[in-house]
Amino acid sequence: MDAYVSLFIKAVFVENLALAFFLGMCTFLAVSKKISTAMGLGIAVMVVQIITVPANNLIYHLLLKEDALSWLGITGVDLSFLALLSCIGMIAALVQILEMILDKFFPALYHALGVFLPLITVNCAILGGSLFMIERDYDFAQSVVYGAGSGFGWALAITVMAGVREKLKYSDIPAGLQGLGITFISAGLMSLGFMAFSGIQL
Amino acid sequence: MSAILNNETKKVLIKPLVNDNPITLQVLGICSALAVTSQMSTSLIMAVALTSVTACSSAAISSIRNHIPSSIRIIVQMTIIASLVIVVDQILKAFAYDVSKQLSVFVGLIITNCIVMGRAEAYAMKNPPMASFMDGIGNGLGYSLILVIVAFFRELFGSGKLLGFDIFTLTKDGGWYEPNGLMLLPPSAFFIIGIIIWSFRQWKPEQVEQPDFKIIDISHGEGGHH
Repeated sequence: MDAYVSLFIKAVFVENLALAFFLGMCTFLAVSKKISTAMGLGIAVMVVQIITVPANNLIYHLLLKEDALSWLGITGVDLSFLALLSCIGMIAALVQILEMILDKFFPALYHALGVFLPLITVNCAILGGSLFMIERDYDFAQSVVYGAGSGFGWALAITVMAGVREKLKYSDIPAGLQGLGITFISAGLMSLGFMAFSGIQL
Repeated sequence: MSAILNNETKKVLIKPLVNDNPITLQVLGICSALAVTSQMSTSLIMAVALTSVTACSSAAISSIRNHIPSSIRIIVQMTIIASLVIVVDQILKAFAYDVSKQLSVFVGLIITNCIVMGRAEAYAMKNPPMASFMDGIGNGLGYSLILVIVAFFRELFGSGKLLGFDIFTLTKDGGWYEPNGLMLLPPSAFFIIGIIIWSFRQWKPEQVEQPDFKIIDISHGEGGHH
């Protein structure tokens, strides 16, 4: 149990997808102008991450990995080079399904998320989470915890960033730094803050 | 050759370098850009990989653009891009295994790099293959330019080296340069890109964004009475 808690904390703070690996940066910078939209997107990313990482884990271990097809009686087949294609296909399909389910059963949430849902397909944080899961060889339970942790970490980072940017609107910034420039520098400062967690051993 | 390098081609090739840079102005492709810049060698390989994927995918998508039904175009583009990235990934694993280990998941993340997708959507769907290929190269170069500048500063000040060769002799080897460890950590890439954006916008003032609120100078008596 301890191992899972420590994996979760590590995924949220120490290896934060947005601030330590720069994943999902395009959306991170584009959608962090208001706290409410940032939070909505953060929650959407978290939900998608919790579903896709374990799903990709199953596909990888049951179909693609070296000798994974042995339960079908086929041996000596290594399809792991297809992992990229299957991961992104899985993500695109799941996002599409999620969109339909939300539209049918939770219209309020669907309208709140709006265009951000389809955009999640091309969010590198989602694909990055799945690829890290494959690279670090997590088992199924670990992948569930890692998906939840990394999604929560990303949501936390974008919400905090939106809070900082809402205050930044009122500050006197040099003309050339206005907008994108100062956003980068504040993201850098936040990333420094998150690095304070990196020495923690759990 | 002169037929290929006509004015239009030159424009799509040169414009993304500074005037319409994908990173500093279009805010695309930052995701995987920053994590690979702690060394010159990895970022050069990443730049080449991304430029070739963008160019080839733009050309491929553009050549079948009239046959793609628009409702499923995203998934078609995704599949083409993902296949090209798999090719690049396998080539790197075969010929540059160490670098491919260092780049780890970031080669795979070229798939979701917004530059590739963005150029496919914005340019390749409307233009012929050759022009799209050039546009892909131009945008890839714009990305590479930023990547190489960031990597130059990070490697030089972080470890006193360029492309693995000693430039500043470190104090631990009896030299004079005390390496700045912060440069090797992720936050420094944010700061360097922020500064690059600042200097680009000082140079080209038309790129400056308008602030949401104006600060009124009270000492000139303009504020307070509206």
